[in-house]
Amino acid sequence: MKDITKLTLTETLKALENKEFTEEQLNENYLSRIDTLNSKLNIFLETKKNNSGIPAAIKDIISTQNIKTTGGSKILSTYIPPYNATVIDRLLEHNISVIGKTNLDEFAMGSSGENSAYGPVKNPWSTSKVSGGTSSGSAAAVAADCCVFSLGTDTGGSIRQPASLCGVVGFKPSYGRVSRYGAIAITSSTDQIGPITKSVADARLVLSWIEGEDGMDSNCGYTPGVSTQIHTRSGIKGVRVGVPKEYFSEGLDLKVKEVIETAIKKLEELGARIVEISLPHTEYAIAAYYIINPSEISANFARFDGIRFGGKREEFGDEVKRRIMLGTFALSSGYYDAYFTKAARVRTLIKQDFEKAFEKVDVIVGPVSPTVAWNFGEKADPLTMYLSDAYTIPASLAGLPGLSVPCGFVGGLPVGLQILGKYMDDETVLNVGEVYENATDWRMEKPKL
Amino acid sequence: MKIDVKKVAKLANLKLSEEEEAKYSEQLSKILEYIDKLNEVDTSDVEPTYNVTGLSNVMRPDEVGDCTISSAEATKNGSQVKDGYFVTKGVFEE
Repeated sequence: MKDITKLTLTETLKALENKEFTEEQLNENYLSRIDTLNSKLNIFLETKKNNSGIPAAIKDIISTQNIKTTGGSKILSTYIPPYNATVIDRLLEHNISVIGKTNLDEFAMGSSGENSAYGPVKNPWSTSKVSGGTSSGSAAAVAADCCVFSLGTDTGGSIRQPASLCGVVGFKPSYGRVSRYGAIAITSSTDQIGPITKSVADARLVLSWIEGEDGMDSNCGYTPGVSTQIHTRSGIKGVRVGVPKEYFSEGLDLKVKEVIETAIKKLEELGARIVEISLPHTEYAIAAYYIINPSEISANFARFDGIRFGGKREEFGDEVKRRIMLGTFALSSGYYDAYFTKAARVRTLIKQDFEKAFEKVDVIVGPVSPTVAWNFGEKADPLTMYLSDAYTIPASLAGLPGLSVPCGFVGGLPVGLQILGKYMDDETVLNVGEVYENATDWRMEKPKL
Repeated sequence: MKIDVKKVAKLANLKLSEEEEAKYSEQLSKILEYIDKLNEVDTSDVEPTYNVTGLSNVMRPDEVGDCTISSAEATKNGSQVKDGYFVTKGVFEE
């Protein structure tokens, strides 16, 4: 029999259809792998034994009915949601089962997984390295073959960056494409749920299951099938690929740069037309984001009153407290215009940078992360940690779709190629990613565990 | 920019130890110093963006949907519950 846990979602579905193994065997194989690996990697906060369904791992910030959902925080250590998030109900309709809830930076605030109240996730490629964050466990679970696929959330890079650092496919759909109903709200104007998978084709399939309006998320007005798409294009001949010079300047590790440049050459060989572009306001994205994100957090986190659910506010971890205070400050009387409105104006310029660029190109490519996975404790200073998200935050502020697809290694650690697309043109992003993936075999590489 | 952590913590309903106050004061001031970078950008003719979808005031009919749960289920995570209600601190009397 095949090595069941190595199969992609698409391959798993086909194998089940051909009766190569049963759903029960599928679940047994994944559960035994989790049993062996979880104590080493700290991926799962909760696991569930199922006999049927296709096992998916869910970031523990997405509500699962009758399954504990902690958000990676002490404050929700006993919280059991009475309802499912829309994405969970939709997966269940497609015979997906929840095999476990995955570890994350507390309330999706962080970039390394180290802010979890339940200890950090270890990178399956090297257990002395961080997994990235904040969908740390969701990325590591796919990399370590502890689930067929997983769901994460991306507010400023939290799907793309851990996917890059763990060597798997991670896709943040356009803002508003997938309902957030039942996901704990962090930064409502950028939060988005998306798949982390073993192939781009899998990400496309999972997206098709979870996307579309549900009447419960006012910002999700998307009706599947109506977007502009180049879905049926068989290759990427003639596709215009923009390379922003700001994503290759100071701060980018030279070896990561080499890997990304090789990937771009590959796209050119495959028929894409490479166009140098500029996104001039890139350098202001982190500053704008660290006003907008904490401001929305300070408002959203007022709901933690210790009365209806959860413990006392003293149980918030350091980073959560920092952001609540930063946001409270930025929104307070006398500072609102100078900080919050100012950041929102700069956000407009960042969005316009992309709009101008997309007049000339179909997708934009570059690195996801300026470095490969780093050592635990290496970025103890909060600002240093914030700066590591320089290439993912701009697209989040603009609401654009973004993919991380494995494109090589530096010193045995994975590197992801980021592909960004026009707002609601998720198909072209997935298409370019799939063509690249099929022409290379990076995704076949597995960590030795 | 120096940040008055004591005042901000009070507004945010966070109780901080003195040690935390000192730590956050330093860290937040450093972050705000970085954020001052935004002042390099001329935004005098730029409208703010709060939401990229362009949607506003999305309403649905105020009808009971099928997602309604019982009061027992709705209150099961409450720290203190009495007769199907959440127990809160008194508002009008101290």
